[in-house]
Amino acid sequence: MNSTPKTLAEKVWEDHLVVKGENGTPDLIYIDLHLVHEVTSPQAFDGLRQAGRPVRRLDLTIATEDHNTPTLAIDKPIADLTSRTQIQTLRNNAAEFGVRLHSLGDIEQGIVHVVGPQLGLTMPGITVVCGDSHTSTHGAFGAMAFGIGTSEVEHVLATQTLPLNAFKTMAITVEGTLRPGVTAKDIILAVIAQIGTGGGQGYVLEFRGSAIRALSMEGRMTICNMSIEAGARAGMVAPDETTYAYLKGRAHAPEGRDWDDAVAYWDTLPTDDGAVFDAEVFLDANTLEPFVTWGTNPGQGVSLSESVPDPAAFDDVNDRAAAERALQYMDLDAGTPMKDIRVDAVFMGSCTNSRIEDLRAFASIIEGRTKADGVRVMVVPGSARVRIEAEAEGIDKIVLAFGAEWRFAGCSMCLGMNPDQLAPGERCASTSNRNFEGRQGKGGRTHLVSPLVAAATAIRGTLSSPWDLENSPVPQSDPTTQAAAKVGA
Amino acid sequence: MQKFTSVTGIAVPLQRSNIDTDQIIPAVFLKRVTKTGFEDALFHGWRQDPEFVLNREPFTQGTVLVAGPDFGTGSSREHAVWALRDYGFQVVLSSRFGDIFKGNCGKQGLLAAQLSEKDIETIWLIIDEQPGVEVTVDLIAKTVTAGKSGFAFEIDEYTRWRLLEGLDDIGLTLRDEARITEFEAKRESWRPKTLPAR
Repeated sequence: MNSTPKTLAEKVWEDHLVVKGENGTPDLIYIDLHLVHEVTSPQAFDGLRQAGRPVRRLDLTIATEDHNTPTLAIDKPIADLTSRTQIQTLRNNAAEFGVRLHSLGDIEQGIVHVVGPQLGLTMPGITVVCGDSHTSTHGAFGAMAFGIGTSEVEHVLATQTLPLNAFKTMAITVEGTLRPGVTAKDIILAVIAQIGTGGGQGYVLEFRGSAIRALSMEGRMTICNMSIEAGARAGMVAPDETTYAYLKGRAHAPEGRDWDDAVAYWDTLPTDDGAVFDAEVFLDANTLEPFVTWGTNPGQGVSLSESVPDPAAFDDVNDRAAAERALQYMDLDAGTPMKDIRVDAVFMGSCTNSRIEDLRAFASIIEGRTKADGVRVMVVPGSARVRIEAEAEGIDKIVLAFGAEWRFAGCSMCLGMNPDQLAPGERCASTSNRNFEGRQGKGGRTHLVSPLVAAATAIRGTLSSPWDLENSPVPQSDPTTQAAAKVGA
Repeated sequence: MQKFTSVTGIAVPLQRSNIDTDQIIPAVFLKRVTKTGFEDALFHGWRQDPEFVLNREPFTQGTVLVAGPDFGTGSSREHAVWALRDYGFQVVLSSRFGDIFKGNCGKQGLLAAQLSEKDIETIWLIIDEQPGVEVTVDLIAKTVTAGKSGFAFEIDEYTRWRLLEGLDDIGLTLRDEARITEFEAKRESWRPKTLPAR
């Protein structure tokens, strides 16, 4: 094969071409896995019903309940009538059309982007869609995964394909070694601050470099999850031994001969030497610090050691106006050190950071300590299975002894569709993905942080990293100069 | 979907950047299971402010929204498009759109027309000078006319064709059903299957 060198994204795309577009028409792309939840599906099932169409591939479709579900008293009927109706609608639709559904109370119930990987359904070289923008999470496996609207949900249910326009590719290369206390979340927040919330529009991002290779699957999922916050529909990481080790043995992972065939194919997926990206971005992992947002979009972030920026310092008139509005909404003054900002709440959860490794990281910092007075701390596992796994490790006891709440699985306060919301004016350090106005509750103020920063903030009551704690399990160290030298070589 | 050719109506200036879909329609309204009736939810947070543009005449009658860059970023919720449509908007003009939002617009007959940032600012000035000015958005010519000024806009040709013809995507795709079946026959057995549940 002497074909032109290709990127990972191009390879996966080409292997799913059902019909190549001509004269400006989009390509028709086959979808390997369709994840469904209660919020963006009712109108899609209605559409099928009206047109008399079945679900084309029930065996490539799976549903769970996550956005609306309560995280307390899950054995009781859902108190909010509209939430209850929406969940009942999903149950009715799943029964009528024959879709596999994991309901509240089921061990596989949880945030749709935690459930797919946990079941071993998410794997390299496949296409994954869901009516949820954070579907980009699954790109961590070297899958092409992106969020779609409800009309497209109906389209995939009916045809198992989507008409899609070709995309551009962007390499985001992160070289070096993260210092202890700096995590995948800090990488992606720094990337978004660098390229902006529109910087990835029209691109599929591929995260590369030694710092990405060194990450666990959980860390890679955190990074790909927030690709959408940079405007990119999808983010990807090439599959490697870390990917295979995570996947092997999971319920729906290939077995026997299928596993060998799959690995042989997956090994061909990483971007070829000499392949050209349409854009490239570089980030130095060695000097990266814990990162935090100060504004009302995920691109408005700084290192935790910095201060709230002065809107006047922004060259672009729109950026300046957005910063002024953000500071007003966030009730912050330019020049205030980020570490002086007090919080009312800490939210540890969401499809960005609610997997077992995230909970372990959070627990490792809070263990043996108590939370700051007056701060409400909520810990929400990503799935029922993660919750059970955490309890087997004693994490629930650490969380409860700390003074935090240990909840059942779901999207929870990431978007406040269920009762888990901020009150107007409340300020929250959140491991979720969006700091938009009112996202976590009307009038609520969100600072996006890593699980480690969330833990340290819960202890001190002000935005903090583990580096700021007395007798810290993760003290500050110097940037790794050795790795930096290697990058230059 | 109805055929879209051109729209003439009052232009509403929304002079903010990064208007994410959480602002267009807060999550609390996503619990509904219907596809219509979202007009009350549009910009719900901002509409509590009496000075918000949609609360001021003549903009309450607007059909063309003229927004700052990065309109419709964030969540994939198609409810954002339904809310704009139900309120009466037929066109959104911006210099940059969130990808998923832009795609959703095309499925629902809402025209997301992309102009340069400079042209958007010029249109804002024209509205500022003549509030209530009617603009015409012509999908055949790909132009916006505001007062005496004309501007060209961009839209991908496929979406434009589908809007002009009022075509249903699923129907179009199913014309290729034989190709889909052919593709499925060649899929490798290692690829994921949700059934039977394991």
